[in-house]
Amino acid sequence: MEISDKIKKRFAGRAYDWQENSNRRAYFSVKKEDIFEVAGYMFKDLGLRFSTASGTDLPEGLEILYHFSNDPKGEFYSVRVMIEDKKNPQIDSLAPIFPGAEWIEREIWEMLGIKFINHPNLKRLLLADDWPEGEYPLRKKE
Amino acid sequence: MSHKIIVPIGPYHPLQEEPEFFQLYCEGEKVVDIDIIIGYNHRGIEQLSEGKHYDQVAFLVERICGICSSSHPYAYVLAVEDLFGGEQKVVPERALYIRTIVDELQRIHSHLLWLGLAGHFIGYNTVWMWAWKYREPVLDMFEMVTGNRNNYAMFKVGGVRRDIREEDGPILKKMLDELVPALDLFRGAVMDDPVIQARLKGVGILTRQQAIDWCVVGPTARASGINIDVRRDEPYGAYNRVDWNVVVEKEGDIFAKTVARILEMYESVRIIRQCLDKIPKGEIDAQLRDVPAGEGIGRVEAPRGECFHYIKSDGTNRPVRHKIRAPSFMNVASNKVGAVGGSISDATITLAAVDPCYCCTERVAVINKADNQKVMNGWDLIKLSQEKTEKLKKELKA
Repeated sequence: MEISDKIKKRFAGRAYDWQENSNRRAYFSVKKEDIFEVAGYMFKDLGLRFSTASGTDLPEGLEILYHFSNDPKGEFYSVRVMIEDKKNPQIDSLAPIFPGAEWIEREIWEMLGIKFINHPNLKRLLLADDWPEGEYPLRKKE
Repeated sequence: MSHKIIVPIGPYHPLQEEPEFFQLYCEGEKVVDIDIIIGYNHRGIEQLSEGKHYDQVAFLVERICGICSSSHPYAYVLAVEDLFGGEQKVVPERALYIRTIVDELQRIHSHLLWLGLAGHFIGYNTVWMWAWKYREPVLDMFEMVTGNRNNYAMFKVGGVRRDIREEDGPILKKMLDELVPALDLFRGAVMDDPVIQARLKGVGILTRQQAIDWCVVGPTARASGINIDVRRDEPYGAYNRVDWNVVVEKEGDIFAKTVARILEMYESVRIIRQCLDKIPKGEIDAQLRDVPAGEGIGRVEAPRGECFHYIKSDGTNRPVRHKIRAPSFMNVASNKVGAVGGSISDATITLAAVDPCYCCTERVAVINKADNQKVMNGWDLIKLSQEKTEKLKKELKA
């Protein structure tokens, strides 16, 4: 896929673990320090549409997948970021690049407890006001 | 120094039947900021899904939304079929056509429902009554195809659960033929009506750039000049086997959104007609078993935009993670720019006086007092109101 080649070239070595399931789906990983730059490049320079992000609690850490859509070609790019530190998980917010990320980051924050640095309005979106602090419903039990 | 007033709308919305809470920050009549508070209806379906068998999840996600209750199961089965190599490879041809027919019927019913509500919001209750009246035959068509008027339970991984009977094809086509004059009525009522134009044009504008930044989808994006539609961009079902167009408008105001939706209904009718003509005979279920490990993404164009489902599987009979993103999640957030800068009356959309009141058009028959004969029926009254609109148009031009 054309976009994959551009990303591979621009972030040589920093975008790794490429996996292309079909000619329409690509997954790759970046370090959490790089996500702001990579997402900015994909959204602003490549003109991809940010579809959503999904957070998952895995044994090795908290994983976020950022899904971008290349609508003219019908391709879907998912950027994988692993946050190993489950005690104090943090990552850069993408909302300063595009406000469309605001809500989903608020959701991931309350559901999985990942703090988004520089988020303009990090408060609860879906959970009730009296939901206990520090309880994250989508975290798996140890 | 300016003085800000908070106008709360919700948590029980005075017009819509769903709980949501908009806080409008106003200076005089002007909305300067908006706070959108949701979560009153959060049911934890993503978490619930992790405890269910793949076959059960389809029924669960069907209950996310009663209006687009085929989009969620469709996106879900697409995500699981992505693990098997993709819908187009594994699902029988006949099932693809049935899926498309259900998906498009849903679009018509949903757009009619919205159109009715939109009419209600601006005080144009006739459109409300009309739209919901003509939505009924669409629900009847659903009953014929799926056995249910809502929550169709048609989708399963690998195919559909119910076949369309041969003898129903012509009846469905006839019902579609009867629907088209109703759509013409709406197109006339909205596009030719100067009052609607005055009320909706230039209101609640979402520019192209704002639409990109807020990542909106569906008719909301297409009304702002963004040419996206999952049905064409990543064809699923039988969408690449039939001839249809993506409706794109440029203005980004409420009028453009209304027009986009009305014109989309015509395309849906076209798609269903072609599907009924071309549908091949054969199996409707591929009987897929043992979901392989991996990650699958499914997305469909719901009436409101791209509906996204992500499934992570470890090879057992339950998903490890099921992420659902409904189109409104992106679209509602963009109200932050759509409503700010307008007046309160535009935000709450109430219209005090619409001169041509069509309200009881469909239910009233005018009776001649002397001999008790009906002199006008519903269509006569529609004609009368159209004449009045014409008159009004001329006056406005003069």
